[in-house]
Amino acid sequence: MKHIISMLVENRPGVLARVIGLISGRGYNIDSLNVAPTQDITTSRITMTVPGDDHVLEQVTKQLNKLVDVIKVFDLTKEKYIDRELAMVKVCASTKNRSALIELAALFRAENVSVQNKAMIIQMVGTTDAVDNFLELIKPHGIVEVSRTGVIAVGKAEG
Amino acid sequence: MRTGVECLMDGLKKAGVQVIFGLPGGSVLDIFNGLYDAPFKFVLTRHEQGAAHMADGYARATGRVGCCLVTSGPGATNTVTGLGTAYMDSIPLVCISGQVPTHMIGNDAFQEADTTGITRPVTKHNYLVRNADDLPRIIAEAFYIAGTGKPGPVLVDIPKDVQRASTKAHTPDSVSIRGYNPTTEGHPKQIARLAEAINKAKKPLLYVGGGAIAANAAEEVTQLARKAKIPVTTTLLGLGAFPETDSLALRMLGMHGSVTANYATHHCDLLVSIGARFDDRVTGKIAEFASHAKIAHIDIDPTAISKSVPVDIPVVGDVKHVLKVLIPLVESKERTEWLAQIQEWKQKNPFAYDQNGSKLMPQYVIEQIYALTKGDAIIVTEVGQHQMWSAQYYKYTQPRTFISSGGLGTMGFGLPAAIGAQFGCPGKMVVDISGDGSAQMNFQELVVAVEHQVPIKVVILNNGYLGMVRQWQEMFYKKQYSATCLGQSGRGKNEKIKDCPDRPYLPDFVKLAEAHGALGLRAKTRAAVVPMLTKAFEADGPAVVECMVEPEANVYPMVPAGASLMEMIQSMA
Ligand SMILES: Cc1ncc(C[n+]2csc(CCOP(=O)(O)OP(=O)(O)O)c2C)c(N)n1
Ligand SMILES: [Mg+2]
Repeated sequence: MKHIISMLVENRPGVLARVIGLISGRGYNIDSLNVAPTQDITTSRITMTVPGDDHVLEQVTKQLNKLVDVIKVFDLTKEKYIDRELAMVKVCASTKNRSALIELAALFRAENVSVQNKAMIIQMVGTTDAVDNFLELIKPHGIVEVSRTGVIAVGKAEG
Repeated sequence: MRTGVECLMDGLKKAGVQVIFGLPGGSVLDIFNGLYDAPFKFVLTRHEQGAAHMADGYARATGRVGCCLVTSGPGATNTVTGLGTAYMDSIPLVCISGQVPTHMIGNDAFQEADTTGITRPVTKHNYLVRNADDLPRIIAEAFYIAGTGKPGPVLVDIPKDVQRASTKAHTPDSVSIRGYNPTTEGHPKQIARLAEAINKAKKPLLYVGGGAIAANAAEEVTQLARKAKIPVTTTLLGLGAFPETDSLALRMLGMHGSVTANYATHHCDLLVSIGARFDDRVTGKIAEFASHAKIAHIDIDPTAISKSVPVDIPVVGDVKHVLKVLIPLVESKERTEWLAQIQEWKQKNPFAYDQNGSKLMPQYVIEQIYALTKGDAIIVTEVGQHQMWSAQYYKYTQPRTFISSGGLGTMGFGLPAAIGAQFGCPGKMVVDISGDGSAQMNFQELVVAVEHQVPIKVVILNNGYLGMVRQWQEMFYKKQYSATCLGQSGRGKNEKIKDCPDRPYLPDFVKLAEAHGALGLRAKTRAAVVPMLTKAFEADGPAVVECMVEPEANVYPMVPAGASLMEMIQSMA
């Protein structure tokens, strides 16, 4: 099963290496990873999606918690949460297919953020599934490049 | 304003450091200059691995945080095995390493290594100090992290420019780290559940590990066992947490544990792990480990709980604290039937070896060390058969009197660790029990013992083999002794050297000891063992006694790797 692990860490050099080392040292792959400072610039939020069985992930979560620079760890998959990712797709677009692409984007509430002679860049925000779905439909037009942020997520528990 | 070096010295002093082990180099010249008139002892080792193991042995013997100091690059990489050894056994030490100047980091500068990167997996925490302003806080944090919670090694990497920079920062009076708050008090409800389980159990067993020693809880373990009449088995690192001379003591369990301890583990109805982590050398086949028992586990480390064996009653907290709360809640019981069963097993299955004839059996040497030291020495070991015999044939009654690399199993640990232990406990007899293989790793540190007249005794059980590996080859690889013969005979074809005579002594440990300035003695016969040991133990300074023991003696009982604890091999016959 895929786990979304969200953690609050010290915003310091070396912290990310420690977190990643703990996971990769066990031979697990990190599917996606997102890091940025929080409202308090001395802390960062790391969000990762890691596939693995529940027992192993529970162990990993506990061990992450043990790291000195890790302040809090949540396995969001154990609670209710909202998750999103952002993708930017550069897709081949000429006068011929431009309107088809705009129509498709509209269906997904995606936004075109740059239009050039032979290509356009579309920005899409949604769940991982929605983004995958969108990319699938756009593929026949010729994708030049995709950049995705990876999942970020927030638990729904109040307080 | 103070320099980084002055901050470091102040931090070390405030942390209560009394002795530092290490070796200098270019990137730590400033630190060594600062050390020149510092108020603590400095011990120059001959290899940085030795420095790390000495700090480790010092920590294990005293319970204080050990400290070592090394240069950048090769100095730091040489400590990796020492850090890994301490990390696996949860030993508190702080390693200070020099680093190239900040502006040169990442440029492949001379003697540059990514020390924090390399040591990350073998330290509890590590720091690269980028700014002298942070140095006082980091030094205080390093000692705090090393010594609290589940202890472990911490490395602080200090670039040369940071050592020289000046700062107004001061060593803080207290440390608070928001991401580091080890749970020390066990949950009262869990402790009550555990007490209830103990009170209900018919056949309880205490399984005690190094955590009980780290928490200085030997006294509480003993109180609990005696009050509730619960038999006690310990792990290798738990030796000394409960007096092995007590009738409730079953000795060590696991791969080379006693028959009684392994039987009791199999038959008990409640297994209470006290600071032991269900290592695979202890459990054997997990599915059959204590399979009739409810399992309780007291540990300061939440990640140790249910890691390999599912636990019914977890108690996260400091072992000493938890036991103090637990003891009043348990009832005094007689448990006549269970204890009678155990006595029967004990009588039928003592640790035993070939008593026949005049052979110099390695186990005999350990028994004589026990007799001559009256069980009151600090025994340090290397790794191999001699290590297991040291666990089996010497009875430990006090915590911190058995010092051995359990988790990493590091050959070359014992001699420097013994020196460290002796620095920490000057009044004690410290004996390093070694093998002829292990003795050749880090023997150079004997010079340190000679220089400082630190009177450690090294007893080498010379069997001519990397014996423990040879034993596995004998038992599981059809006696093909590939790369385990330290002499010429018995070697595989690809290892034989043409026209090379099989010398009786290679190296000659007696001469080697003498070359280092120590007393060197050899016992070639059983009859010579006691006189030679006596001579060594009575000598003022360090001494080495080489005992030419039976080459192919094996460690029994033995549970083959991955087999159940009930499948003990008792002999090859
Ligand atoms: C640094 C290191 N290398 C290799 C090993 C693997 N190993 C375990 S026991 C052993 C043999 C030790 O030989 P010796 O010191 O003579 O002890 P004996 O078993 O003969 O008593 C070896 C090579 C180890 N534990 N540590
Ligand atoms: Mg040997």
